[in-house]
Amino acid sequence: MLRSTWWKILCVIFLLYTFIAGFLGGVPVKPILNETIRNLYFHVAMWFSMMIFFIISVVYSIKYLRTNNIGFDIYAVEYAKAGIVFGALGLTTGAIWARYTWGAFWSNDPKQIGAAIALLIYLAYFVLRNSITDIDKRSRIGAVYNIFAFAMLFPTIWIIPRLVESLHPGGMGNPALNTGDIDSRMRVIFWFGAIPGWTLLGTWITTLRIRLQLLSEKKLQNAEKNF
Amino acid sequence: MQKRIFSVLITVISLLMCITAFAQDSTANKKPEMADALRADGKIYVVIAVLVTILAGLILYVARLDRKITKMEK
Repeated sequence: MLRSTWWKILCVIFLLYTFIAGFLGGVPVKPILNETIRNLYFHVAMWFSMMIFFIISVVYSIKYLRTNNIGFDIYAVEYAKAGIVFGALGLTTGAIWARYTWGAFWSNDPKQIGAAIALLIYLAYFVLRNSITDIDKRSRIGAVYNIFAFAMLFPTIWIIPRLVESLHPGGMGNPALNTGDIDSRMRVIFWFGAIPGWTLLGTWITTLRIRLQLLSEKKLQNAEKNF
Repeated sequence: MQKRIFSVLITVISLLMCITAFAQDSTANKKPEMADALRADGKIYVVIAVLVTILAGLILYVARLDRKITKMEK
């Protein structure tokens, strides 16, 4: 999986489909939203990818704690990084969109605050890791913290934004998949283009980073052997 | 001289603001605006071409990086 090519080609096809059909395809005509409803393929897809990366990251952290294999720790760290990048992009694109629909980049909406808190918690994961010099301790404490950070996704992203009133499309209830806002034409592009496309692109970049980290790990071990 | 240019600029900007305010007024009661004309003109294809070019550039960049790392691994 790490080095095969087929899913990278699939990623390009999905993204091309998203970019072309995303602009040419028909969308429901709504006031205020207007053409910005097409942001579903880009902005919302960022959040979905982020969640997928954080889930993969926490799985590898648990795997690391069970086996003490440093490779799993590298996986967990790199997927968490990818998640933060996609989350930051989601927050920024959301702010740009909010400027032209809600009137301000930041309006302290529960969804904005929840997402920002979740991202800050994940940023603290790297602050914590980098403050520990001992490699084994760093990996172990980092892995434990990663599980807590993942647990905090539940209230900040999945529960509170669904309970309180919000300006975000979907309002009460599911923020991204409100059945009243999008129709089947959009759903096809979203599920069979945007989500797999963006997620695979992030995975591709992450696997490259993982391979680089594994290489430097190997080099370190070789150097120790020769020493 | 500079003051004069400045005041002219201010006038032009405020005039433009009036125009946008007027435009908003006149469309307030119509159905939601979509970029129908843009699509009819075919100009949306320009945007798609730009986006696909950027996407292709980024993918090429990542693919080359991929190949480089594969070489390093050998």
